[in-house]
Amino acid sequence: MAEIKIDAKCLQCPGPIVQLFNAVKSAQSGDVIVVEATDRGFYKDVQAWCKKTGNELLSLEDGDVIVARVKKA
Amino acid sequence: MANKKTIIVFSGDLDKAMAAFIIATGAAAMGDEVTMFFTFWGLNILRKAKKVQVKKDFLERMFGFMMPRGPEKLGLSKMNFGGLGAKMMRYIMKRKNVNTLTELMENARALGVRIIACTMSMDVMGIKKEELIDGIDYAGVATYLGEADEANVNLFI
Repeated sequence: MAEIKIDAKCLQCPGPIVQLFNAVKSAQSGDVIVVEATDRGFYKDVQAWCKKTGNELLSLEDGDVIVARVKKA
Repeated sequence: MANKKTIIVFSGDLDKAMAAFIIATGAAAMGDEVTMFFTFWGLNILRKAKKVQVKKDFLERMFGFMMPRGPEKLGLSKMNFGGLGAKMMRYIMKRKNVNTLTELMENARALGVRIIACTMSMDVMGIKKEELIDGIDYAGVATYLGEADEANVNLFI
């Protein structure tokens, strides 16, 4: 299982979820995608995105840089 | 679960067009199928920046001359101040690293957002296919309604 890092810092909405979507699309099932974002909305958005797309949100850290770890279903 | 979203873009203002494309791009990134239906002033968003030589009558030429050509020429729906407001907004958005409308449109299309231009509005406003960006569809209200029937979100912007 690979770990894919996505730097979505400085991207405004909807940049980070678009990056996440594209990364998950090209990843294998079970791969973990780590997204770093500075868009404040991303904290809630990544939760909504995972719920909607059925991918698992392994962890989510708040801060100046929001870090989300998403496992592809 | 993938759903469908439909957006009617009636307005030709920069701010409203951006809202429409941000929602469309977001929905596509959530895995949804998105159809945007452009009518009336919204058609101006789809115009090519460069003038295209096409045959038009006098009124159509006047319309074409008065209306903005493409995303870089749109004004704001509020506080436009003859285009100064739009200039300022573009400057601020660039500084805050917000995608330009042109970039938003490219992103949306890269994610498979479908764009339909309303042929009746095109006829009324004298806008020809050659003047609009490539790779879009042309249809009428029934096509939009058919798409909207299958969608669970429908917006009029």
